[in-house]
Amino acid sequence: MSDPTPDRAAIFARLAELIAPLNKKEIAIAEDTNFANDLELDSLTVMDLVANIEDEWDIVIPLNLLPELETVGQVADAVARMTDK
Amino acid sequence: MTDLLSKFDGLIAERQALLDSGVSDPFAIVMSEVKSPTEAVINGKDTILVGTYNYMGMTFDPDVIAAGEDALRRFGAGTTGSRVLNGTYQGHKEVEEALRDFYGTEHAMVFSTGYQANLGMVATLAGRGDYVVLDADSHASIYDGCAMGNADIIRFRHNSVEDLSKRLGRLPPEANKLVVLEGVYSMLGDIAPLKEMVAAAKAHPNVMILVDEAHGMGFFGAHGRGVYEAAGVEADVDFVVGTFSKSVGTVGGFCVSNHPKFEILRLVCRPYTFTASLPPAVVACAATSIRKLMHSDAKRERLWENTRHLHGGLTQAGFTLATATPESAIIAVLMPDQQTTAMMWSALIELGVYVNMARPPATPTGIYLLRCSICAEHTAAQIDAIIDRFKKAAAATDCQLKAA
Repeated sequence: MSDPTPDRAAIFARLAELIAPLNKKEIAIAEDTNFANDLELDSLTVMDLVANIEDEWDIVIPLNLLPELETVGQVADAVARMTDK
Repeated sequence: MTDLLSKFDGLIAERQALLDSGVSDPFAIVMSEVKSPTEAVINGKDTILVGTYNYMGMTFDPDVIAAGEDALRRFGAGTTGSRVLNGTYQGHKEVEEALRDFYGTEHAMVFSTGYQANLGMVATLAGRGDYVVLDADSHASIYDGCAMGNADIIRFRHNSVEDLSKRLGRLPPEANKLVVLEGVYSMLGDIAPLKEMVAAAKAHPNVMILVDEAHGMGFFGAHGRGVYEAAGVEADVDFVVGTFSKSVGTVGGFCVSNHPKFEILRLVCRPYTFTASLPPAVVACAATSIRKLMHSDAKRERLWENTRHLHGGLTQAGFTLATATPESAIIAVLMPDQQTTAMMWSALIELGVYVNMARPPATPTGIYLLRCSICAEHTAAQIDAIIDRFKKAAAATDCQLKAA
């Protein structure tokens, strides 16, 4: 397996772009930025964002996984894992 | 002090701010008297009801009332038990028979509410390793069924055939999948393109389809079975879920199917097994009402006529409606924000019109609305009065209307 780091960085950068339109308070997006507490996204908005992420990388993110995906970094990890197949 | 309820502080503050602005509480009305399917007394005032699900006006049907009274006297006030223990009476079998006749299916299973029917069917059919594929705008009972079960949950963009197909295409072909659709989506009153969606779903391997027809029963399709009947896809729909609390006019839920193994669900579907069955009077009312709905062509006609009347009148008055044409018996009037919605709702109740106020998460993100649901028993004069009072309420609250 090749070094996943460059891909991970690209995934994070693209994730930040997908989140940007929802970032009403224009806070800086970091690894530990929390969707509910920092970005203040409600559950419907999070689910719409998940659909965009699924389509961006052609992956499946079941809604039942969402409780484990609280931060931008955790989502980047999940996307990296799912695209590394 | 913080405790388990502190997580609701934000909502408590938002609600208080709204009530402090002088509007009455849209989620706390009491009907002190119900005069007919379309009229009640609220806050001491005669009020036209246009926010009930009493589409076919069966709540006061004399045959329905008589059947309920008779069952109440003969079988008592309640069953005090589960359907699988002491809670199945003759009436429960009769209402299931009425459903089989109405839907032309081999099997029918009656739950205590429509919410439990969706909860139980979704949670039980799809287990670990299976997938539930649901529309983004699905009813809370479908989402809750997903949360209760162990399947992986995939959500597709509302009414998008392309999105449904794309998401099914990403799933392992060998996995079993349950696609959950609704005939009528109850918030915006739009209907699903079921012909196209069912075809797209069945093009993928190992797909079963469940359609919720809660808001379509009684007046879509040749037999009033729902949007799926009108769309001609009965042969490809595996399960139909419905309710007695809308067109049927009482309370209860059900699922009908032709699947040969359907009956086993009575023993494994927890929201069916582990709750008390419906009271005898309720199942007697439901059975009588369902059989009458088989022959209610005149009522269906009046319901559609009333729906066109209200949709046309509100459009002409300059209101923005969720659907360009009246697709179902629900007409959703779009509002710009929560404050305007609450003020309009308040003005309408003062004028003697009850509609539903709806906001996220019941509605899609950012959508606030006043929802009208029409009854076959509304008179043309009542519909005119509703339109007139909507105009007066808009004038009183500075709600902006489009130029006619």
